Amino acid sequence: MKEDTAKSEQVLQDKTVFGFWVYLMTDCVLFATLFATYAVLRNNTYGGPSGQVIFSLPFVLLETLILLTSSFSIGLAWLAAQKNNKQLVLKLMAVTILLGAAFLVLELREFNHLAAEGNSWRRSAFLTSFFTLVGTHGLHITAGLMWMAVMWLRIYKYGLFKSSLRKITMLTLFWHFLDVVWIFIFSIVYLFGVIG
Amino acid sequence: MWGKLNTNVIPHDLVTLGGVASMAIISLAAVGYISYKRRWKWLWREWITSVDPKKIGVMYILVAVLMGLRGVIDAAMMRTQQAISVGPHHGFLEPDHYQQIFTAHGTIMIFFLAMGLMFGLFNLIVPLQIGSRDVAFPYLNATSFWLFFAGAMLINLSLAVGGQFAATGWLAYPPLSELSYSPGVGVDYWIWGLQIAGIGSLLSGINFLVTILKMRAPGMNLMKMPMFCWSVLGSLSLIIFAFPILTATLTMLALDRTIGTHFFTSYFGGNPMMYVNLIWAWGHPEVYILILPAFGIFSEVVPTFSRKPLFGYTSMVWAIWGIVLLSFLVWLHHFFTMGAGANVNAFFGIMTMAIAVPTGVKVFNWLFTMYRGRIQFKTPMLWFMGFVATFTLGGVAGVVMAVPPADFQLHNSLFLVAHFHTMIIGGVVFGMFAGLTYWFPKIFGFKLNERLGRYAFWCWFIGFLLAFVPLYILGLMGATRRLDHYDASLGWQQLFIVAAIGVAVIIAGIGFQILQLYVSIKNRDKNIDKTGDPWNGRSLEWSTSSPPPIYNYATIPVVKDRDAYWVMKHSKNETSSETPYVPIRLPRNTSLPILTGFLAFVFGFAIIWHIFWLAPLCLLGIIATLAIRTTGDDHDYTIPSSDVAKIEAATRRGYA
Repeated sequence: MKEDTAKSEQVLQDKTVFGFWVYLMTDCVLFATLFATYAVLRNNTYGGPSGQVIFSLPFVLLETLILLTSSFSIGLAWLAAQKNNKQLVLKLMAVTILLGAAFLVLELREFNHLAAEGNSWRRSAFLTSFFTLVGTHGLHITAGLMWMAVMWLRIYKYGLFKSSLRKITMLTLFWHFLDVVWIFIFSIVYLFGVIG
Repeated sequence: MWGKLNTNVIPHDLVTLGGVASMAIISLAAVGYISYKRRWKWLWREWITSVDPKKIGVMYILVAVLMGLRGVIDAAMMRTQQAISVGPHHGFLEPDHYQQIFTAHGTIMIFFLAMGLMFGLFNLIVPLQIGSRDVAFPYLNATSFWLFFAGAMLINLSLAVGGQFAATGWLAYPPLSELSYSPGVGVDYWIWGLQIAGIGSLLSGINFLVTILKMRAPGMNLMKMPMFCWSVLGSLSLIIFAFPILTATLTMLALDRTIGTHFFTSYFGGNPMMYVNLIWAWGHPEVYILILPAFGIFSEVVPTFSRKPLFGYTSMVWAIWGIVLLSFLVWLHHFFTMGAGANVNAFFGIMTMAIAVPTGVKVFNWLFTMYRGRIQFKTPMLWFMGFVATFTLGGVAGVVMAVPPADFQLHNSLFLVAHFHTMIIGGVVFGMFAGLTYWFPKIFGFKLNERLGRYAFWCWFIGFLLAFVPLYILGLMGATRRLDHYDASLGWQQLFIVAAIGVAVIIAGIGFQILQLYVSIKNRDKNIDKTGDPWNGRSLEWSTSSPPPIYNYATIPVVKDRDAYWVMKHSKNETSSETPYVPIRLPRNTSLPILTGFLAFVFGFAIIWHIFWLAPLCLLGIIATLAIRTTGDDHDYTIPSSDVAKIEAATRRGYA
């Protein structure tokens, strides 16, 4: 019977992780749509500022480094989960949550700053597409953080379950995916934006 | 506190009030009947909280049929208006109301009738055909259904609270659908109804893709899979790549209307044609999302009733994937008139014509399957014959319009309207009817009445030709779509009257179908299916009882060849050595999916009416249901092998 449950968990893991990959592909198409829209609208500044004026590369680099580090730490958490090391998983997930939250705070600061200067999404089609693309990424980060928090609490209280590894695997995939999307945002929105 | 809601949102218009009253009466009658029969508990336990795909499938079809009836009423109103609103006469509909009706008709028919029937059949047939006990993610499946239901209810609610539908056409092109030109809530209802149902569709797409790829019975490699499953797989791949575009596009339009962004506005640098491109990048694949499963149904029906294996199995598979690929390369043919330039138009025109090739392959394969077969003209086969005639006609009209210079003349004319109705009624709807008739005994345990089915078919077929052949002619005469009034000197009225008569004949067909259902249920003892295989079928679903037990298969079948069940039936060495039953694990019922659907419904309502404190609460609620679900670990129950043996023995006794 024990062998049976181990086998059924294996089957479930197989199905669920594959399903999650497919979900990530749909999310990829969603981002692709937003990228395409950004590409079409990026020069439509309608008298408002262009990317050259409003983007600050050092600031974005800081965001990028924070997010990349968080991707590293959640990768380590996944390895720790495979070794069934509860304490290490908790510590590394906490680090990831903190880094993710720091990224989010920085992004919100940037948005706030832009809006305060009168350059909100209402200003031009370029800013509309910028806020939506970057903001959608930010929303995904928020969702990931909430997911991680729920999982952290659960592991803290009940320890690692038989399903924990499967769930951490999916979370890790999600987080890496957001990292990849951010790399595209960094290059296409910010780098090309500064080049003009 | 309550956003834009106030007492003025109750409808005043007489026709709208009539619609609201009839919906209210139907709902009250249903509630009254269930209360009278004391069936609430049963309904909750057996249906609403069920995660069994066989039940979810039936619920999908029920919702789809009810929505479809609303769409048919819309169609009848339009054709009546066009038949009488000539010269000095202005018919019985105001122009604004007429616009709402054609918008509602298109929206409901595509999103809630066709998609609902399609997902219903996926749920009912796919797990059975691949020899599986369930879908990959049963909980997600139930959630998808309740999101679909929530979307449908939002669309219906727009009549009662707000008293208006969008008046923008079924795809709500901006800038007309922007706040400055459509200030009412109609477009918002449209956006959120579709958004919620669309997310349900996307989740279903993922779910069934994993089901088909990961849960097939041992021995069933992809090239031994029934053709229906292949076509579903093609359709699912399209859903996965196309529906996120819809989600993103609707979100952008919603942002434009709600928080003042400028994606598609005609000022501040917005680009309305961006919307048109995006919506068709979803919309064209959507057409194939709907038609591929219909092709799959015919690929099951034709071999069964011709007593021959499907001709050209491999070429059928390649044709499906050819269509899947090409359907992403043709979206621009919906607006050749945008002015993208001769080369761009030529590319999309050629790609469009190229789609006719794999489609033609499929048509010929079905015909060659029939060739020298022992054909039985049962109702599903009649629907197929009707399909071949109409679909070929519509396909030829489509190739005509794929020529850009011709399209500049035919764009937005009734010729186009006739073309896509030929594809959707002659293709999708006839296909779904064939499938529903074919699989009805599997799902409910008794066959539908043949005679009334034939009457229904002939009404539909003749009514269809009467209703749409005049539109081809009118389109060539210059009649544009969406007219609520025209000049008498144009000489169009006779043809419009013929079209209206056609709609009446179709409605007679629907009447026969309702009668057929009633008579078949009443006399079900005469048509009962005791073998589980009423048509002498070929694929696995016919090897289990009708209706199948909750676990579909007591012992998972082992597949040796294409037409798995046919081979099993005809193999000499009957090695049905009684394998001992094993305990079966199945997912438990759960009330969380309907809760998620309800919260999504309230969320949509809150955003439509700008009740901005309520929307985040609903979102939090949805997140909470997810958290509850993911933190629980054991969602299954086990049917002990002794119970399986009891159920199996009882079925066999019933058959004896």
